[in-house]
Amino acid sequence: MAATEIDVKYVAHLARLSLTAEEERTFGAQLGQVIHYIAKLSELDVTGIEPTAHAVPLVNVLRADEVRPGLSNEEALRNAPAAANGLFMMPKIVE
Amino acid sequence: MLHYLTLAELTARLGRREVSARQAMQACLDRMSKVEPRIHAFISADAPDALAQADAADRALAAGVTHAQQPLLGVPIAVKDVIAVRGQPLNCGSKILGRFVSPYDATVVERLKAAGAVVFGRLNMDEFAMGSSTENSAFGPTRNPWDLSRIPGGSSGGSAAAVAAGECFAALGSDTGGSIRQPAAFCGCVGLKPTYGRVSRYGLVAYASSLDQIGPMARTVADAATVLGVISGHDSRDSTSAPEPAPDYAAALDGGIRGLKLGLPKEYLVGGLDPRVKSALESAVRQLEALGAEVVEISLPHTEYAIASYYIIATAEASANLARFDGVRYGARVEGPDPIQLYCRTRGAGFGSEVKRRIILGAYVLSSGYYDAYYLRAQKVRTLIRRDFLNAFQQVDAIVTPPAPTPAFRVGEKADDPMQMYLSDIFTISCNLAGICGLSVPCGFAAAEPAGAGQAGAQLPLGLQILGRPFGEAAILRAAHAYQQSTAWHKQTPPC
Repeated sequence: MAATEIDVKYVAHLARLSLTAEEERTFGAQLGQVIHYIAKLSELDVTGIEPTAHAVPLVNVLRADEVRPGLSNEEALRNAPAAANGLFMMPKIVE
Repeated sequence: MLHYLTLAELTARLGRREVSARQAMQACLDRMSKVEPRIHAFISADAPDALAQADAADRALAAGVTHAQQPLLGVPIAVKDVIAVRGQPLNCGSKILGRFVSPYDATVVERLKAAGAVVFGRLNMDEFAMGSSTENSAFGPTRNPWDLSRIPGGSSGGSAAAVAAGECFAALGSDTGGSIRQPAAFCGCVGLKPTYGRVSRYGLVAYASSLDQIGPMARTVADAATVLGVISGHDSRDSTSAPEPAPDYAAALDGGIRGLKLGLPKEYLVGGLDPRVKSALESAVRQLEALGAEVVEISLPHTEYAIASYYIIATAEASANLARFDGVRYGARVEGPDPIQLYCRTRGAGFGSEVKRRIILGAYVLSSGYYDAYYLRAQKVRTLIRRDFLNAFQQVDAIVTPPAPTPAFRVGEKADDPMQMYLSDIFTISCNLAGICGLSVPCGFAAAEPAGAGQAGAQLPLGLQILGRPFGEAAILRAAHAYQQSTAWHKQTPPC
C-alpha cells in the first residue's frame, strides 16, 4: 500500500462507523490527498523536541473528595433512546 | 433600529428605562422573522422562554438592579448549538443527537444568566464544529448576510451571521482552529478566541479537547470585552481552566496604543493571499502606526506546518471524543442485532460526511504503526509552533495578520474538496496550537468579483487578526478598540 492510501473500510470498522460503498470510495480518495499533505511533517527534524499535549499545561489538578449532587436517575435517562426500570436498554451482549 | 444598537448602547438605554428588555428581545425576534428565511443563522429559538427571561430582567431593572451589578441585565445573547443550556435542545448541528435536551447549563451560560443576560436560540454551525463554512450543518447552511450567495465562515457561522444581521446583541461561539475569528471576519463582526484555559468548557461538547475554547462575538470590541469579562475565570468543573483571576477587560479598553510594538509575520504575506486582503491589512497597519504603534516584521518559521499538525491532532482528539455518540445513553439510535452493529449503524446514519472523514483520519493517525509518524510527530511540531510565538512575543506585544487568505467564498465552492477547505484555515490554526489568544476586528471591505453568481456590487467584510500573549486578552482588546474607535467599518450594516 502506498503511503498516501488508507484502508477506509478497516479504519471505519475500528471507529464503529458503517459506511456505504460510495462513502468508502469518496473518503478513500479525499483522505488519500489529506494524508499525502500531512506527510509534509516528515520534512522537519524533531530530534530532541518534547511533544506538546496541552499548550497551557496544568498538572495534578485536584479537588476535595466530597459528595455533591449530580444528575438524578430520571434526568440521566431523559435523553435515552430506550430505557426501562431505571436502566438504559441495549441488545443482548451475552447469550 | 433597536436591533442594531450595540450592546453598550442597549444597556445604557435599559438603564435609563428608555427601552425595556422585552422590547429588546422582541426586536431580535422581529428581526429574525424578517431575515431568517434567507440567512438561517438559527437552528431554533424558544421565543416564549426568551420573553419570560426578558420580563424577569425588566422586573429586576424596576427593582433597581443596575448594570454595574449585572453587566448584561436584559441583553439578548444567542448561543452556538454546541453549548448546553438547561431545558433547551442541543444538537451540535448534527442528526446524531436526535431530540436531546440539555440537563444542565454550561458554566458560560450560568455566568451569562447570573449577569442578567437573556440567553436564547440555538445558533447554526458546522456539525460538531468541524468545518469552515457552516455548510456541514445537518440543518442546512447559513448564508452570509452581506452576500447571500456566500458562506458566513465557520464553524460558528450562525453566531457571526446572527450578530451581523442584528438578530442578537452578542453571541457565543467556539474556536478550535479559527471557528470564531474566521466567521467574525467574513461577516464583519468582532470575535475573540481566549487563551486556552481562560474560559471554562464545562457544558461545551468536546471536539478537540487540547484546542477548544468558547469566546464572544459582538458588533464592537467593547461589547466583546464585556461578554468576555462575564464568561471568563476559573471553574472547578473544568480541570483545564486556568486559576489566574480574570482582569476587568472592559475597564482595560482605554489608554490607546502609543508605543505598542506589533509584529507582522513575513510568512503570512506570501503566495495565495488575495490582493484585496493584503491591501486591507496594509491600510490597517498604517492606521495602527498613525495611532502610535510601532510595527516590525517578525518570523514565525513553522507556519507552513500548522495545518498538517492541526489536522492530525484535532482529528485524533475528535475520534476519541466522538466515541461517546453510540446510540446508547442519548440521542438517535438505529437498532441492530448486537451492540457493535447498533453502534456502527447509529454512527453511520447519524454523522455527516465531514465528521466521518475526521473520525476516520483521527483513528488512522492514532492506529498502531502510525502513531509515532503522525500523532507524536504532530505534537512535537506543535512545540515548535508554540516556541515560534513565545519567541516572537519577546520582541513584540502582539501580532497582526489577516484572519483568512480570502474574503468569504461562495456556497458550494469548497464543499466537495476537504483539502481546499482545510487550507483556508492557514492563518487561524496556529493560535490554537500555541494556546494563545486572538481576535478579529473589521478592517475594510472587498468588492465581490463581478463574475459568477454573486450579488452585483456586494461588499464583503474583511477582518484584522490580532494575536496576543497567553492571558494577554486585555492587550489585544485595547489595540483592537483603539483601531475600531478610529475607523467606521463596524458601523456599516449588511443589505439583508
